[in-house]
Parts: sequence; C-alpha cells; structure tokens
Amino acid sequence: MQRCGYVHLWLLWSVSLICLTSGIASADGDVAPTHQDSQLEPPPESTSNWSQTEHGHGSVAITGIPVVTFKWHHVETPYLVALWILVAGLAKLVIEANHHVTSVIPESALLICFGFILGGMIWGADMVQTFKLTPTLFFFYLLPQVILDAGYSMPNKLFFSNMGAILIYAVIGTCWNAASLGLSLWGCHKGGAMGDLDIGLLQYLLFGSLIAAVDPVAVIAVFEQVHVNEVLFIMVFGESLLNDGVTVVLFNVFDAFVSLGGSGIDAVEIIKGIISFFVVAFGGSLVGFVFGLLISLLTRGTKNIQIIEPAFVFVLGYLAYLTAEMLSLSAILSIVFCGMCCQKYINANMDEKSVATVRYVMKVLANGSETIIFVFLGISAIDKSIWVWNTGFILLTLLFIFVYRIIGVFFLTWILNKFRLVPVEFIDQVIMSYGGLRGAVAYGLAAMLDDSKIKEKNLMISTTLIVVYFTVILQGITMKPLVNWLKVKRASATELTLIEKLQNKVFDHMLVAIEDISGQIGHNYMRDKWNHFEEKWMSRILMKPSARKTRDYVFNVFHQLNLKDAISYVAEGERRGSLEFVRNDTAFVDFKKKFADDFSEVMPDITADTSDDHGAMSGRDHVPSVSLEMHEQTMKSVRETEDINTHHLLQQHLYKGRKQHRHRYSRSHFDVNQDDGEVQEIFQRTMRNRLESFKSAKMGVAPPNKITKHIKKDQQQKISNGKSTDKSKSYYSGDEGWYLSSGFEASGGSYPFPMMATYRAGAGVANPAYMPDLDPMAPAQIPPWLAEAELDSGPVAPSQRAQLRLPWTPSDLRRLAPHRISIRSTDSFDDPPPTTPPPPPSHM
Amino acid sequence: MGASQTRSEHKHQHLADETGFSLEQVKNLHKRFQQLSGNEETIRELLDSVPALANNPIRKQIIEAFFDKRNQHHDEVGTCEEIGFEQFLMVMSHFRPPTLKTTVEEKEAMRREKLRFLFNMHDTDNDGTITLAEYRKVVEELLSKSGDIGQEAAKAIADAAMLEVASTNVPHMAPEDFYEGITFEHFEQILKGLEMETRMHIRFLDVGTTTMACGKSTS
Repeated sequence: MQRCGYVHLWLLWSVSLICLTSGIASADGDVAPTHQDSQLEPPPESTSNWSQTEHGHGSVAITGIPVVTFKWHHVETPYLVALWILVAGLAKLVIEANHHVTSVIPESALLICFGFILGGMIWGADMVQTFKLTPTLFFFYLLPQVILDAGYSMPNKLFFSNMGAILIYAVIGTCWNAASLGLSLWGCHKGGAMGDLDIGLLQYLLFGSLIAAVDPVAVIAVFEQVHVNEVLFIMVFGESLLNDGVTVVLFNVFDAFVSLGGSGIDAVEIIKGIISFFVVAFGGSLVGFVFGLLISLLTRGTKNIQIIEPAFVFVLGYLAYLTAEMLSLSAILSIVFCGMCCQKYINANMDEKSVATVRYVMKVLANGSETIIFVFLGISAIDKSIWVWNTGFILLTLLFIFVYRIIGVFFLTWILNKFRLVPVEFIDQVIMSYGGLRGAVAYGLAAMLDDSKIKEKNLMISTTLIVVYFTVILQGITMKPLVNWLKVKRASATELTLIEKLQNKVFDHMLVAIEDISGQIGHNYMRDKWNHFEEKWMSRILMKPSARKTRDYVFNVFHQLNLKDAISYVAEGERRGSLEFVRNDTAFVDFKKKFADDFSEVMPDITADTSDDHGAMSGRDHVPSVSLEMHEQTMKSVRETEDINTHHLLQQHLYKGRKQHRHRYSRSHFDVNQDDGEVQEIFQRTMRNRLESFKSAKMGVAPPNKITKHIKKDQQQKISNGKSTDKSKSYYSGDEGWYLSSGFEASGGSYPFPMMATYRAGAGVANPAYMPDLDPMAPAQIPPWLAEAELDSGPVAPSQRAQLRLPWTPSDLRRLAPHRISIRSTDSFDDPPPTTPPPPPSHM
Repeated sequence: MGASQTRSEHKHQHLADETGFSLEQVKNLHKRFQQLSGNEETIRELLDSVPALANNPIRKQIIEAFFDKRNQHHDEVGTCEEIGFEQFLMVMSHFRPPTLKTTVEEKEAMRREKLRFLFNMHDTDNDGTITLAEYRKVVEELLSKSGDIGQEAAKAIADAAMLEVASTNVPHMAPEDFYEGITFEHFEQILKGLEMETRMHIRFLDVGTTTMACGKSTS
C-alpha cells in the first residue's frame, strides 16, 4: 500500500513536471510563433531564432542594469533536451517501480503507453504535436548507441557459430518479407480491397522494405525479459541487428527506384540496385571492422591518459557510424561490427576501471535512448495530422506481416535444418516467428519518406505506427505466456562455475581434435584455425604485450572468482562488526612476509602476472583526478590517525564502491611495499585459503586438538620465530584445515555460492593466516566479531559447534593413520607435482 | 574383388546400424581410417599421423580416449594397444549430432553417453572417480598452451574447481569427511547447466571431403 503511495507520488510529480514543460512549450508558442515545431533537435530556425533574440536584447534600450533577466530563448533547446531526458528517465522509474506490472507487460509497451499519455497532454496544451520523433534525431542521436551497445556486448562465439543461419534470416528473410508484403498489398489494391489509393507497385515495395525488418530495440527489450535459450536468442537478436542494415539498404534502393519512376527502371538499374545492396552491406561492415581495429590500436597506447580512454570507444564508434553514413554505406552494420571487433581487444588493453566505465556508460546511453525512443514512439501517435485511416490497408498489412513472417521463418528453417548440425526445433521456430517485432527503425524510415513522391505518406506512417504498437504491445505482452506455455528451452540462469568453464574449454579442444582425427573440416576446425591466426597476428598487433600475458580465459575466470571471494571476505568482516583484522598493520606485515616466503618462490608466474595487472593499477592512482586524489587523502588521514574507531572505519568501507573499497583496503595496510598491488595479496590470500580448505577436505581431521588459544599461541610463536616455512606449515596444516573444513561444512548448505561460503564462515572465524598474527597482541585485540564467534556456538561459529561434536574415536584414528601417510605425496601443495598417482582413497 | 567389396559393404552396414552413422559416413570414416593407419588393419599411433593435433593442449587425453576400452560399449576396462576400424568408429559415434527425429529420451541417453565419455577421459585410472590428481592433470594440460601461467596456477585452478564440486555435491560434509573425487553422478550434476546435447558433436559429412584432409595428413 505504501509503495502504491510512492508510485502515485512519483506519477504526480512527473505529471506536474510534464505539465510544466508543455506549459513552457506553449508559452514558447505564444512568444515566438515562428518556432512552432521546436523539436528535440535544434531545427534550423532555432539558430536564427537565437540570433534574433540576441538582436532583440541589443535593440532594447537599456534603461538600467537588470538584476535578473529571464532568458528562456537563450537556453531553450538544450533545456528542452535535458528536460525530455529527465522525463523519460522518470517515466522509466515510475514504470519499473511496479514489478507486478512489468512482469506481465513488458517495459517497452508501458513506455509507449506512457508516451500516449504525455502526447495527449502536449496535444491538450498546444493543440498541435510539438514534439515528435524525427528521422534525424532518431538515426543520428538515439540509434547509434543502442546498436553500439548491442555490438559491444555481443557474444561473439555464439554469433559466429550461428552466423550462417543469422545471415540467411537477416538477408533472405528480410527480402522475402519486403517483397511478399509489397506484392500482396499491391495485389489486394488491384483487387480493390483498399478503395482509392494513389500507391503504385514500387511504392508498395518501398513500404514493404521499410516495415520488413525486425527491430533490435524492440526485440532486445522484450527478449531480455524472457530468458530463452541462447541459440534462440542469438538467432532473433542477430537477425534483428543485421536486418536493420538490410532494410535500410533495401529502403534506399527502392527509394531510388521510386524517384526514377516506373519507366526509368530497366535491367541495368535493377542489377545496379542488387550490386549496391551488397556493396552497401559489406562496405558498411568493413568500415566498422576498420574502426574496430582502430579503436583497439588506439587503446593500446592510452596508458598515460587512462581517464579519457573510455571516450575513444564511444567517439570512434560514433565516427564509424557517421563515416559509413557519409559514404552511403550501411551505418548500422558498421557500428555493429565496430563494437564486435573491438570488444575483445579493448577489454584486454584498457584498464579494468576503464572497461567497467565503458560497459556502464554504454548501458546508460543505450538504455536511456531506448527509453526515449519508446516514449517518443508513443508521443508521435498523438498527432491528428498524421492519421489517415484506411481499414483495408492497415489490417491487411498487419495480417500479411504476421503471416509472411511465419512462412518465411518456417521455410528458411526447413532449409537450414538440412544443413545445421543442431536443428532448430519447432517450438523455437514458433517463437522466432512470433518475435518479429517492428519498432522505431521502421517508423524512422517511414518518417523519412518524401511526400512529394509518395502521396500516401501519412497513411504509411500511421500504418507503421499501428504495426509497431501491435507488435510491441500485443506480441510483447503475449510473448512471455507463450514462451511459458510452449515450454521453450530457457537459458540456465545460474552463473557458470569454474568447473563448467573448464569443461567448456575441454569441449572446444576436444571437438577440434576429433575433427582433426576424423579428417573433417568443420566449424570447430575453422574456429581453431581462426583462433590461431588471431593469437599469432591480430593479438600481437592490437593488444598490449602485458595484456596478452594474463589473457588466458580459464585463468581469468579463476582470478575473478578469487577477487569475488576476497571481497566477500572483507564483507564478512564488516558484517561481523569489525575491520580490526584489516586495519592491523603489524598483522599484515607479518602476513605479507609469510606469504612472500611461501609464495614468492612457489608461484613466481602468478606473482608476475598479477603484478603486471597491478603495475597498471597502482599507476592509475596517480592519474590526476580530483576524486582520486581526494580519495587518497582520506586514506592517508585514516592511516595517520591511529585510533580511529571501528564505526568510522566501517562507514568508510560501507560507503565505497566495491572497487574503491578493495583499493582502500589495501592501501590502509600496505605501506611497506607499495609495488605489490593489493590484488596480488588478495589473490595469494584467497589462493592460500582455497588450498588450505581443500587440503582439509582431503585430509579429513587433524591431529587431536583442543581448540583454545594456547594452540594458536603455539602456532603464532612458531611463525614469529620465523619458522613459517613449508615444514611448519605442514606440521599444523591439519589443524587449520580442520577449522576451514568445519566452517565449510556448516556453510555449504546455507549459502548459494559455495566458494564464497568457504570464506564467510570458515576463513572469517579461523583463518590460519590471521589467527596467529592477531592473537599474541593481546586478548583484547581480538576483533569483536572474532571473539564473539569463539564464544557463540550459533551459526556464526560453526567451527565451535563442529568441535564439540567431533568424533575422536580410535576407529577414526585408524582410518586416518594410513591416510596421513599416504597423503604425503599430495600433502603440501607447494611440492612439485606428485609423480605417483595418489593412493586410492581409504575411506568413504 | 567383387566378393570382398560386398563383404565390406555388409560390414559397413552392420557398423552403421551399430553406431548410428549413415552408410556414407561409415565409408568416409573408413577412408579416413585407412589414411591414418596407412592401410593397415589397426592404428597404433594417432599423434604422428594427425599433425594438426600438435596444437591441441589436451591431445594426450583425447588420444588415450581412443585406446580406452571403456568407450567401446563392451563393459571392458583397460587400454588396448591398437584399435581397429570398429573401435575407431565407436569412439567417433560419441560425437554424433542429434537429428530432428531423436526423442527426448534418446537425447537424454545421448547426453549421458557423451558425459560418460568425457568422464572416462578424465578418470584415467578407471576407479569411478576423478580424483584431484587426475583433475589437476587435465587443467595442467589445458593451460599448457598458455605458457605464462605456471603449473601452480593450474593446480590452484584445479583445486578450486574441485572444491566447487565438493561443495555443490556434498554440502554437509562432516569435518572428518574427505572428498575423494568426482563421481559420475556428481559430474553429471555439476555439468547440468551445459547444453551437452547441443554441443558435443561435430559434423560428419555424407559426401567425401577427405581429399582435402588427405592432403593435410600426408603433408
């Protein structure tokens, strides 16, 4: 109920805001009657208007110095743009506040409906539609970022392995849709189904081509809410992306034909049209490819200007779009391929933070303009001047679009299935044909029609709008139930685990090997060859040498997981109310030393790898930027103030983003050696944890132990005596393992993410790395959460509970005895790999 | 001559029925087999005859899989010294793609079969579990091509992966328990998310393109 109240409030607020804007707009209408069609885009007059008002200011005799002047015209255009963006954002906010509504009706449909309301208000205020989606606005300022985002986040491997099918659907399917619709409408016209219309065959084909394409914006909006399986998704998504390019090309060709007129078209022109189709499509892709490589090359050398390197991606991406447009090639294809080509290299070349920035800004832009597009699609409808109703034309168009889409998809799939390794299933075909949503591209093209050549332009626009509303709203709403009802195979919602990724890798290699052995040249073979080529040449040119090192996929996954663990580890400390263990300098020096001992000789590779990563990271800290410096300052002060209370620290941690948080967390205790980055340390620590806990899992129970502080003290002494060598390690490793395994045991069930769980419960309570170091300081220095955990036998201290019920029977000892001996070979993870296979397990 | 031809026809037909390949595919694979074996009855060494394998990090495991009796559907264990065409075909049949006609049950069976193949590949000593050491070997081999990453990293990754399996499958592990390795059930469980049936297969052509491959293998 309360939430409803909120929603109403929001609604009220945004409505009043809208009234304000429309009021301003109407006022503007009164003041400057020449400025009737002030659109979101600065129309040509607006500049003259601008200068006019400037003149006005000059000519008015100044009687005194005005304290404040109201200069609306001075800021009008940018002000309106900003307001519209705000309104669209608010609209989204309001809509997304109602989860139970968005789960039934897709957001895109709701945004269009919101647009209707807004449009109604503007109409009510102005009696003319002041704002509408113009082709320039749409194609130059709203569409590129949506498509760039789609290209940038395209799953390349999936895309290319389904490339054939996608191309067939996108090219042949679109041509089929355009041709069949145009011809059928023309036929119906001839048959007299539409009454008296001044549309010829060519115009029909033009109309067919503009409305043929499935719209990526609409498709993404609907399909990302229904998680269909990835093959189906990539088919629909890839098709919608590419066929936009195709439809624009087709549109241009037919547009040229229409201008030529029926008599001017001969075989030569038609052939030229077909050639131009291919030139435009492939040329556009090529331009995109070139720009993609350019971005990759550029980001290779932006080490010193890391703050602005994300901007290159956007600027060059946009330039790719504009260049293709300038050369009258397919701009959409260009920007798609630009995004697809550069994604791998820029992600590797740029700094981690920059990559995150690119990703987020991309999403902000794409999502924002998607919202604006839908709102404006709604607003555009409320305009009496464009509506021309012709029942026959409109209904037949709807019917034909629907029917021919189904026919096209099924026919093409039927052909494709003869060649596809994994046939597209019937249900998937149904969804594909039903997912033929039309959207803003069609509307933009329709608005671009030249009314001097096409008499019935308004009829076409209104039909396009109706088709868009019909498909986006009705099909969008029914899509989810349909997917549920047909039991379409869904995508697995869970994140891939490390082992799954490993197996994926195994798969790839295995398939290649089998193809090699069986002497077939298939997809895998091709992909393998491409990968080799890419690794050998393209990566060398386009990637930083340092980035190439850490590039191994599996390793990266592992790295990511480790980072996640480390973060959750700190989060756990915070949750328990203290960061004492993070803050304790001495503890960390020890810790650090210990790990340097343990790991420096053992894992030089990793250290090198991570420090590479880290060289970049610490370098980044010195990039002159206000925020960063401020951040550093706060950190320094924190470091200097010795007795800062825990709450303060906690707050500091809590109010920082994850990244910063991690960063800060290292800074606070790593004055000794700043070259070693924090990730190295985190990495090592989590690695150690993993190893330890694994060891524990392997070893089962430790030697007889009474868990008291004495034991820990003993260990501590050993360490402080400088005997933190591998030997002492293995001496008490069983003990540590015992802690960890018990934590592990208790937590495994309750936490969804198993590996995180290990650290939450296990490491937090009795992390071998910390305990020894912390204890000797004084009992009082035990962090509250730690102490608490020791006393409390509740869920926070699983180890305690486990201790109590630890069965320590002779039988266990017997069972363990051979085990402990046998374990020797795999005992220390630091040993060289065991040459003998581990003995068969003795129990379980 | 004619008699022997019909005999081999029969044999091929029989093999096709057994493995699910079409007759043409069997013939193609037979040609390939002869290339690899140098017109012998059996193959002893795969690595040398397929130069393209040199780039493959897990070639050892794959080649071992060919010589593994467990993949022959005969309930035998151990490795054989040499494989004949029938065995060769049997291993290949694990990679058959499904068709539109395969039912759900058949797909499930195929999936299990493929998983079993994979499992056997990792479970080198055939004790029904993939132990840590075995899995480490897999990861090490997998990473062996990216030379910058040391063996330790491979180990750590294998350990982490193993830990993952352990924690997913045995969430309530008592402290004295010891996770000895991935059993087939666990393996199945953990790879549930992978669309095995749409992935682990390659295209076996009906028409011979082996001429191209021929040039490669002899080169």
